[in-house]
Amino acid sequence: MTIPASWFLILAALLFGIGAFGVLTRRSALIMFMCIELMLNAVNLTFVTFARTMSDIGGQTSVFFIMVVAAAEVTVGLGIVVAVFRRRASTSVDELSELQG
Amino acid sequence: MNTLTIPSIHYLTILPVLIFFGSSLLLLIASAMWRRSVPMGFSTSLTVLTSAAVMVVTYFQWRGLDKSGASTTVAHAVVLDGFSVVATAAIALSVGLAALVAHDWALRENVRGPEYQILAMASSAGAILMTQANDLIVIFLGLEILSLGLYVLVALDRRKSESAEASLKYFILGGFASAIFIYGAALLYGATGSTNLTTISYFLGSNVLLKPGLLVAGGALLLVGFAFKVAAVPFHMWSPDVYEGAPTPVTGFMASIVKVGAFAALIRVMISGLGTQLGTWRPILWVLIVLTTLVGAALGLPQRNAKRLLAYSSINHAGFILIGVWAGTARGSAALLFYLVTYAPTVVATFAIVTVMGGLGDERHSLESYRGLARRQPWLGASLAVLLLSQLGAPLTAGFYAKYSVLAAAVDSGGSILALIALLSAAIAASFYLRWTVVLYAEPDEELDGSRVIVPRGTAIAIGVGVVLTLLFGVWPGPLVTLAQHATVYFLP
Repeated sequence: MTIPASWFLILAALLFGIGAFGVLTRRSALIMFMCIELMLNAVNLTFVTFARTMSDIGGQTSVFFIMVVAAAEVTVGLGIVVAVFRRRASTSVDELSELQG
Repeated sequence: MNTLTIPSIHYLTILPVLIFFGSSLLLLIASAMWRRSVPMGFSTSLTVLTSAAVMVVTYFQWRGLDKSGASTTVAHAVVLDGFSVVATAAIALSVGLAALVAHDWALRENVRGPEYQILAMASSAGAILMTQANDLIVIFLGLEILSLGLYVLVALDRRKSESAEASLKYFILGGFASAIFIYGAALLYGATGSTNLTTISYFLGSNVLLKPGLLVAGGALLLVGFAFKVAAVPFHMWSPDVYEGAPTPVTGFMASIVKVGAFAALIRVMISGLGTQLGTWRPILWVLIVLTTLVGAALGLPQRNAKRLLAYSSINHAGFILIGVWAGTARGSAALLFYLVTYAPTVVATFAIVTVMGGLGDERHSLESYRGLARRQPWLGASLAVLLLSQLGAPLTAGFYAKYSVLAAAVDSGGSILALIALLSAAIAASFYLRWTVVLYAEPDEELDGSRVIVPRGTAIAIGVGVVLTLLFGVWPGPLVTLAQHATVYFLP
């Protein structure tokens, strides 16, 4: 028995939605950051599912590019979070309020 | 299953990207090998020379285009056409000018080190890749290479907490936008079977989709991703904060090359990829443009900080540039290209003046500190006045013809109401540009009188080039207009 492709797509859409919801509602920079990673992985699942249904290798190679980009984002993002944390000892974005107007 | 074949590569096409990235790596290695820190002069000269080299390469690319026409390479993922060549030259010019400004800023603030130049060159490689990309994945890669460098550049000033704060905001929202963009690409891939823009366009031209849901959703998500990047309303919230928090030369660099890279990629997606679906996108773009132009202009009015004001000004400009996309014609593309090429040096020069006016600590950015500038330092004041008037769209400056050509393209495609609304927003925006210009020529305060700001030589060159180009393209736009029109003739497909 095979699971229909649409299930994977719906799962990916749900994961993406959870990620987007998390970015918009959570207040910790680290959690927001994890939510962005979740969104990227939902995209990977979508790409693989479509590649599988169309038996086209293009979608699978796209996944590698996205994984590399996600890894690069992690290094830069954590560096920035650490730089902010050193100054304030908190990663809550509510306390980042110097720039307003 | 298919097998992977190694595609052939035409190296002249990707040479600008290779030069910028190679130069960036070279500087990175040099800074690791050098016994002490790399002299500032070396890293800045390398950046300026690299930009000059890329401009020379674009000249040869243009010559090649005249002979053999547009071409694609690396399995049709990267394209060489007039549009990409002209946009590449504009990016290279901005990078060179911004490097000079950043050099003087770093000396003043004592932020020594080659980091700015390394990251700026890597970012520009990403921006150039975006102008050449003919595949959604390549656009995504270009976008990320551009953005990852910029996130770090915004946080460059380690002693200021605003800098790190702005960087974190930019990073979270930028990452969010990228994820939305690539999800759109994935859905479009599902709908059409390819991420290549030419293949997508071919597929859409020869098939009728019975269920266009995936296609519409994918296209809309792509549009949202781009709207975040170019700071179109309602996705603009990050832009004033980041513009204010980032070191001023970085703001100038960011404002110019992100606009060129992102708009070049956007118009390629909308025209080359989804051109057959233009009817679906136009209403969405229409709303986006109306909101962006009006909100950008209206929120700029109460600003008292030069950098925040310029952020809202750039939002207003983003709306105008989007009109070129909305038109969806060759005329619209030519107008958009003209707008980008003139806007990039103007904005770099404007932020160069804001940098020198910021003084030690990069903090004097209230509009009041500009009071009487043109009386104390006539040349500096007049330069800023010219640049502001160009952004306003005053005749005899480049901004006038830029605004005129996008509006004419819109009217041409039946968008008279859109053009009227955009004009209205320009009139609102004019009041803050004019107010600033009047402040420049106002009677100076007694206490500020005689406090002249020092304009270092490199920054002076950057300001000079920006002002001369602004006036040159304003008084004599003919050659650049011909170039821009010529550049879209090659625009694939």
